[in-house]
Order: sequence, then structure tokens, then C-alpha cells
Amino acid sequence: MKVLLFGTCLVDTFFPGVGEATVRLLRRFGAEPVFPQAQTCCGQPAWNAGYEPEARAAAAHFLSVFDGDDPIVTPSGSCAAMVKHHYPGLFRDDPRMVAKARRAGERIHELSHFLVHVAKAHEAGLRGKGTVTYHASCHLTRSLGVREEPLALLSSLKGATFVPMPDAARCCGFGGTFMAKLPEISCALAEEKAAAIEATGADTVTGCDSGCLMNIADAMKRRGTPVRVAHLAQLLAEGI
Amino acid sequence: MSHGQTSLRFRENSVRAMGDDALRAAMKHATGTFGSKRAEAFAPVEDVEGLRDRASAIRERVLSDLSGYVDRFVAAATRAGATVHRAVDASAAREIIAKILAGRGAKRIVKGKSMVSEEVELNAHLEAAGMEVVETDLGEYIIQMEGETPSHIIVPAIHKNRRQVGKLFAERLGVPYSDDPQVLTKIAREALREKFLSADAGISGANFAAAETGSLILFTNEGNGRMVTTVPPLHVAILSIEKMIPSLADLPDFIRLLPRSATGQPITSYVSVITGPRKAGDATGAKELHIVLLDNGRTEILAGESRDILKCIRCGACMNVCPVYRTVGGHSYGWTYPGPMGLILTALLTGMANSHPVVDASTLCGACVEVCPVRVPLVDLILQLRRRKVREGFAGPKEMRGMALFGAAAASPGRFALGQRMARILWPFARVLGGKDVAGRMPPPARTPFRRSAP
Repeated sequence: MKVLLFGTCLVDTFFPGVGEATVRLLRRFGAEPVFPQAQTCCGQPAWNAGYEPEARAAAAHFLSVFDGDDPIVTPSGSCAAMVKHHYPGLFRDDPRMVAKARRAGERIHELSHFLVHVAKAHEAGLRGKGTVTYHASCHLTRSLGVREEPLALLSSLKGATFVPMPDAARCCGFGGTFMAKLPEISCALAEEKAAAIEATGADTVTGCDSGCLMNIADAMKRRGTPVRVAHLAQLLAEGI
Repeated sequence: MSHGQTSLRFRENSVRAMGDDALRAAMKHATGTFGSKRAEAFAPVEDVEGLRDRASAIRERVLSDLSGYVDRFVAAATRAGATVHRAVDASAAREIIAKILAGRGAKRIVKGKSMVSEEVELNAHLEAAGMEVVETDLGEYIIQMEGETPSHIIVPAIHKNRRQVGKLFAERLGVPYSDDPQVLTKIAREALREKFLSADAGISGANFAAAETGSLILFTNEGNGRMVTTVPPLHVAILSIEKMIPSLADLPDFIRLLPRSATGQPITSYVSVITGPRKAGDATGAKELHIVLLDNGRTEILAGESRDILKCIRCGACMNVCPVYRTVGGHSYGWTYPGPMGLILTALLTGMANSHPVVDASTLCGACVEVCPVRVPLVDLILQLRRRKVREGFAGPKEMRGMALFGAAAASPGRFALGQRMARILWPFARVLGGKDVAGRMPPPARTPFRRSAP
């Protein structure tokens, strides 16, 4: 099955390893990922900061690049939520674009959602190691309603132990441009998250959004916590 | 007064608050407790989602014909013997109330908790007119003594711990120091008893107003609400117009939802329904009842894109779960209402020029939407306000330029790739200049972007 891979601007620019792991995983489960080279960003940074025309420009570009009928897969809960929930409103005055946005919203899968519901990866018996805890990022959990899928994948790993994090769905303080606009609060929230991760005693923390993981990794570094931060795609790809 | 905070200085206010260890510990403890108690309180309720849907629909119905419900309320309350006043704005409300009180020669006033009275800064106005105004809700009593404003709409003194309250009472009331909440409550109760008995008038707010019967509904925990509204001969209630519910038949849903959402209680200690003043044969009640209906910008909000905020029933659940509120406390928001619902009301009621930094005070995590008992789309409303902020020119020039560049890059793969290359080159400089800002907290861009190796 051909799937269009939306890498996200963060993964493309800062975390190519997450993209590579996503490709390996998709291939392992019989999908044929194709990365449309013209892709850029879903427009979320502009949308969340109140810049509607800029967000609309990004969304229009996304819709032209990801046109067609193939499923779209992305290793990011918040980018998938952006396409699914905010694109139609961006084009409210243009019924043709609204329809296009709705279709893209139906076709887009956050990676863990695709791996469980389409690829049945949780039944595959991938390997893992050590103890792993999980941060439930906000848009993945609340906008997309993807709560159980990452847990099903983590619990299925042979050789790894999953330890739940208290208040796993408490925001890490990233919030896109929030991180830049209110850095002190963002850091305080990330530190609280880092402390919660430490308290689990896990040696690895994972999640489905690179932005949150980046913010968490920074707080861990400042605290001197030796816990490894890995995107779920990376963790799962290691066990292939 | 809370140290001169304004919403315009949200960032500065919040940095100062975060440096206050006692405040952070108190906030963390209290909001954490409310969160777990809320979950416990809702656990035995069947079909919570259905209950929320019904409550939301009732609020929608009220907003769809607010002026109609207000008119029905005014007619019914008047029939019941109350005098209803309409206040177009804060200063009108202050003057109406001051005039009622002065007209009856009232000097000593006891007050129940009312955020609307905070919104119109009623106490200062009455005190300037020579009246003594005593807050009788324990939390309000504490912060009044401290010279502060409430930092939570349900728990005004949420930012204080019991040791601070013990010290405050010892200093101001000349009582022996104690940090036992029961002892402190008893001290306040004794000090307040005499105030209730000698008061010329009582001022209260209202949680709801039933249009069909003209009744005021108050949810309280300490019994002070009943005292304020029934012991003095004169009762003045102030409430904003959107507090209407169609009839008393709609009340049970809110009785089940509001306390559970607010403090995790299945029900409050007292639910008072006040329909008109004391009538012949009544055992209790004020002899004279005045109701002040405050607009103060609500009619304008109702006509605009942000009308859904008027569904809010002021339970405070959104602030209890908001990661930002929990970290920075209510005073950081710089006006009467804090947290997610508060920043929205602040921007709408005080204007974008007076408040624009506060609309950034959310990570958009959506925890607030998850708990709101009447399904106010808080995140959508915050996004709407951010768009307004940008449209109305309150975003900084640096941010505007940055976003224009972003928009151009996001719409063109060539420019996007160029941006990636530039970021790669500029990052080391940005790191040095940025310090703890963004560049200092993000890893450097990858040497080779993913797209080069992608299939």
C-alpha cells in the first residue's frame, strides 16, 4: 500500500532520525512510503499564533502537495490534528477547498494510529529493551483522541517494560510559539514534566510529537537527568 | 489591590509569581487536590457527558434570546417585590449601589463572594463614600485583610498557605498565632458574627438567576451567603446578565455540575433560592431587595464571534487544570478573572490594547476544554482572540516579520529549503544571542534534512 509521508517541518529540519525510523517501520508493515519533496509545514505555528493568512498559505500548499487518495501518515499528533480539525475552517469561504481539506483530514493518520489500526503493528511482536515511560502529548490525546494506540504498541514490545507516568497527559509546556513567547513558564512546565519522568524510574521516555520531546529533552539536560528521549517511531524501529 | 498587576504585564507578573515558592507550592497543592476530588465526585454520576450536553444546551438556549430572558427575569423579580436596576457599565453599577445604600443611610455593609463586584471594583467605591465593607467569605476575608484581590474565582485565597493566614490573623486581629484551619475559621467566624448582626445592608452576587420566577440562586459553603442575604434589612445583589437560566426546573443539572466541577464536592453546603424580599409571615429574608443587572460589555460580546464565553458558569474547573494557571497563579493575569475563561473575558471586557499579552497565556493544551461542564470551546476562543490581536496590530513587529517569512517559506518548497539552510548557518549565532530563549533550548538543525534521504 502506498502511503504519503508527511515528515513535518520539525522532523525534516531537526530530527531526521525520526523520519528515517518512520520509513523503516512503515516498510516493515508492508506500506510503501513516499515523501513528496515539495512538502513544507502544516502551518500550525502561524495558526496557533493568530496568523490566519499565513496558516492558510501553508495549508493550501499542503493540500496541493498531498492531493490524491492515498493515506497520509505523519509522526506527529499535533500536525495531524491541525490538518484534521483546523484546515476546513481556514477555507470557510471556498467550498471546493473545504471539501479538499475534509478529504485530507479523513486520509491523514498520526503514526501510532496508523500502526495499530491499519498495520496491526501491536500484534507483530517487535522487540524492545529496558523500561519505558510515555508522555501523552496534548493534541494527540485531546484533539485526535489517540490515547490507547501508543500504549498498545509499547506494551506489545517483547523485552521492554512499560511504566506509566502520573498525569501523562499534563502539558509539557512546548505549545509551539508558547515556548518562545513565555519561555519562563514553558521551562517551568517542562521541568515539572522532567521530574515526573524521573520519578517513574524509567530509562527511556517516549512520545508521538517531536516538539514536546524536544522541550522535555532540554529540561532533562538542564536537570542532568540521564533518561533517554526517543520518539515512538525510533523506539519501535529499533525492535524490528 | 494586587501589587499593581495589569494584564499587559502578564510575562513580568508570571515571572515574579514563579519566584514565590510559597505561592507555587500552595497552587500546586490546591489545584492538585481539586483535580483528584473532581474525578472522585464525577465517578458515581451516570452519563456525565449527557449531563454536560444538557447544561450546555440550556446555556445556549439562554444566549440565543438573552434579552428576552432578562426581560422575563426583570418582570418576575419585580412582581415578587424586588427592585431591579440595569447597569450598563461598571461605573453605573457602582453608582446605583452607592445610591441605594446612601439612600437608606447604610454605613456598615457585609458582603458575600461576588466576582462581578470585583469586576466593577465596588468595595473601593463604597469605602471612598465612607462605608465600611466587610467580606464574609473566608477566602475573601483573608485577602481583604491582606489588601489583595482574589486569585481564583471560587477559591480567592488559593495562593496562600495556612501559615501565612495564621500570621496575618495574629498581626491584624491580635489573636494568638495558629495555623490550624479549624481554629482560623473559628476566629474569622467570631469576628464576622458581630459584623452580620450590626450590618445595615448585605451585598451578594448570584450564581444563577431564574427568568421564570425572578429568583436569585446562590451556591455557598460557609453559611455566610445566607447571613448576608437574610440578616440585614437591606439586600443588594449584583450579577451579570448572562447568569440567566430559563426556570428553576433547569437548576438541578447545574446543582450536580457546578460544585463537582469547581471543588469536587457532590453539592455545596447551601443552595439558596431568593425570590423577592421578605413577605408578611416569612421567618427570614431582607425587608428590601435590590437586584443590579450588570451588562458591562456583555451585550457586545453576545453580538460578536466570542459569544460562547458567555456560556461560562464560573466554576473555575478550567483554571484548576490549566498548566499555566497552576504555575503562575491568578494574580499574574492582571485582572478580575484568571485562567482560560479569565484571559478570554479579560481581553473581551478590558479591550485588546489593555490586555493583549494575556491571550498568549495558554499552551492550547485543551485540558480546560476537557473539563468545562458547559462545553465552552475555550481553545477556539483563545485562537480567535490571537487572530484578533494580530489583525488589530498588537503583535510585535519582530513577530509579524517572522510570521510573514514563515508564510512565504511554507508556501514554497524552494524558500522552505533555503530557510532550512539559513537556519543551519545562523544557529550558532542565535544560540549565543538567544541564551535561554528558543535557540538555546532547541537542538541545532540537522546537517542533512530528512528530505534528502527520504523515499
